[in-house]
Amino acid sequence: MTEQPRIPRTVPVKSATFDDYTLSEIRRAAATGLYDIRGGGAKRHLPHFDDLLFLGASMSRYPLEGYREKCGTEVVIGARNAKNPITLRTPITIAGMSFGSLSAQAKEALGRGANAAGTSTTTGDGGMTPEERESSNTLVYQLLPSRYGMNPDHLRMADAIEVVVGQGAKPGGGGMLLGQKITERVAEMRTLPQGIDQRSACRHPDWTGPDDLEIKIQELREITGWRVPIYIKVGASRPYYDVALAVKAGADAVVLDGMQGGTAATQHVFIEHVGIPTLAAIRPAVQALKDLDMHRKVQLIVSGGIRNGADVAKALALGADAVSIGTAALVALGDNDPALEAEYQKLGTTAGAYDDWHEGNDPAGITTQDPRLAARLDPVAAGRRLANYLNVMTLELQTIARACGKSHVLNLEPEDLVALTVESAAMAGVPLAGTNWIPGQG
Amino acid sequence: MMTAEAITNAGVLDLAEMSVRDANATLQAATEGAFTLRNPGGRHALACGLMHPVSVTVEGHAGYYCGGMNKEAEITIRGNAGTGVAENIMSGIVRVTGDASQSAGATGHGGLVVIEGNASARCGISMKGVDIVVGGNVGHMSAFMAQAGNLVVLGDAGEDLGDSIYEARLFVRGSVKRLGTDCIEKEMRPEHVAIVAGLLDRAGLFADPSEFRRYGSARRLYNFKIDNVGSY
Repeated sequence: MTEQPRIPRTVPVKSATFDDYTLSEIRRAAATGLYDIRGGGAKRHLPHFDDLLFLGASMSRYPLEGYREKCGTEVVIGARNAKNPITLRTPITIAGMSFGSLSAQAKEALGRGANAAGTSTTTGDGGMTPEERESSNTLVYQLLPSRYGMNPDHLRMADAIEVVVGQGAKPGGGGMLLGQKITERVAEMRTLPQGIDQRSACRHPDWTGPDDLEIKIQELREITGWRVPIYIKVGASRPYYDVALAVKAGADAVVLDGMQGGTAATQHVFIEHVGIPTLAAIRPAVQALKDLDMHRKVQLIVSGGIRNGADVAKALALGADAVSIGTAALVALGDNDPALEAEYQKLGTTAGAYDDWHEGNDPAGITTQDPRLAARLDPVAAGRRLANYLNVMTLELQTIARACGKSHVLNLEPEDLVALTVESAAMAGVPLAGTNWIPGQG
Repeated sequence: MMTAEAITNAGVLDLAEMSVRDANATLQAATEGAFTLRNPGGRHALACGLMHPVSVTVEGHAGYYCGGMNKEAEITIRGNAGTGVAENIMSGIVRVTGDASQSAGATGHGGLVVIEGNASARCGISMKGVDIVVGGNVGHMSAFMAQAGNLVVLGDAGEDLGDSIYEARLFVRGSVKRLGTDCIEKEMRPEHVAIVAGLLDRAGLFADPSEFRRYGSARRLYNFKIDNVGSY
């Protein structure tokens, strides 16, 4: 009997459209009838600061000596209208994260780290805790649609007020804190029954547009004696118009949060498919400020995917006055630490991918209200780690600024930058490397 | 020119002669006494952020956020009030003798808001413990996401009353055009009649408490269930 010739087979091909993740999500949705909720920001690959490079000094640009010549990092925020603007030693601030989404220990650690580095922290959806005020020298108090815990005493205790219109992870969406994390204390602060899912409003209850917001800001200033700066935070979607309207409404500073900006809990589909990347948002926002002759008068604080001093430097070079970090700050505290891999495995995930912050089971003790888990986080040590990280980022920022010949980090400018891709060149409005071509500009 | 320094614990603050800032600074600094705000002219943010048991009478119409975030003060607006009157009130009393625009008493944590006339849309939106008594009707989406406190309406309520309500209690004497999602009519027990009677008494408004019907949360949406998907 003759042996049949072996027919060569092509290797099995998985669909790029229906990839493993997509298939698993379809199966999960079919089994549960629930959409996927998670924390964090957009995880997909996006044009980002990595797609930009600094040119550095050359024949026509004169650098500063690395360890001898001063390169200032201090920024002042809110001098447009406030009697007491905020002065920060570094332009890297801590973004709003609530007690409720984070443990009290994590909030304390954020305050300690920020204090040591000379920067500010921000409350979140849930009000201000006494521990938070005590542990943060400079505290920004958020006014959110839910108004959980909002009261005039806390308003007056704040160093600045941030009116939250939107968030980069979910422009147009409200907050979400599921029942597992609504403990007795969290419930009391929010005037809600313990253990229920808490879905915050996405619209403010007492104003509906920029004309109303202008009056709302007047009220906030009247209550606080025109003392503190008032920020407006927007999720990056239509940054030119949103920033222009924020300026019109009277903001002292605008916080612009790109889609990589984290959230405590939101639908995965919302995080990945609504809003625009941080890189794409900065140029139009700065253009709006320039068109209104308000650049450097109304400060622009950019957040969403800031990881190192280079990211900070690029944001500033594109025209931001400061940046804000959330996810990176949590990692500095101890979030997603590979040392906890065994515990992440038990939760069905792995270090670096853990994003079920809403479930309250964080083995690092950060995104939890479980006292047993929260006690794992030492606020002093974690605060020290955050301070170290902030200091490193500031040093990195100075290193780049000096290399570009700048005696202050706010002197960085778009001319210092080039882009590696056509997309990033178009978004950032800087030339493609090796050319003088800026897509869309001739 | 009238200045804040010239007035301590009583007096007339004439907004034709002084700024809103000076008037508010005077009222916020006062620890007791009675004040009259003349010529309000629909100005915004009048008598907001008061912190002490002072009495303030606004002689005329007020703009947005009059009496906002009030603590302990007793404020009477002799006229109509704009958007967000007594928003986020903590304690004390804010009374409007005329009508109130939208979002009256929004997010209030405590105290009493009395609207002797009608209140527009979103009255008591996201209320967190305040008591609100409306002599006339309330507009659509009133008590939206209302968390705690009592809303008493002597007239009618518009569409979607109590949409997505938590634990606030709603009492309406007249008709309700449509209840919002997860808001249902509940039994009016004697303790509820007593609550309404007490609030009417505090508000100085007259009606038979037994004529009111009670509405509140069905609590079906407190935790997400796929079977309720049509309600989201």
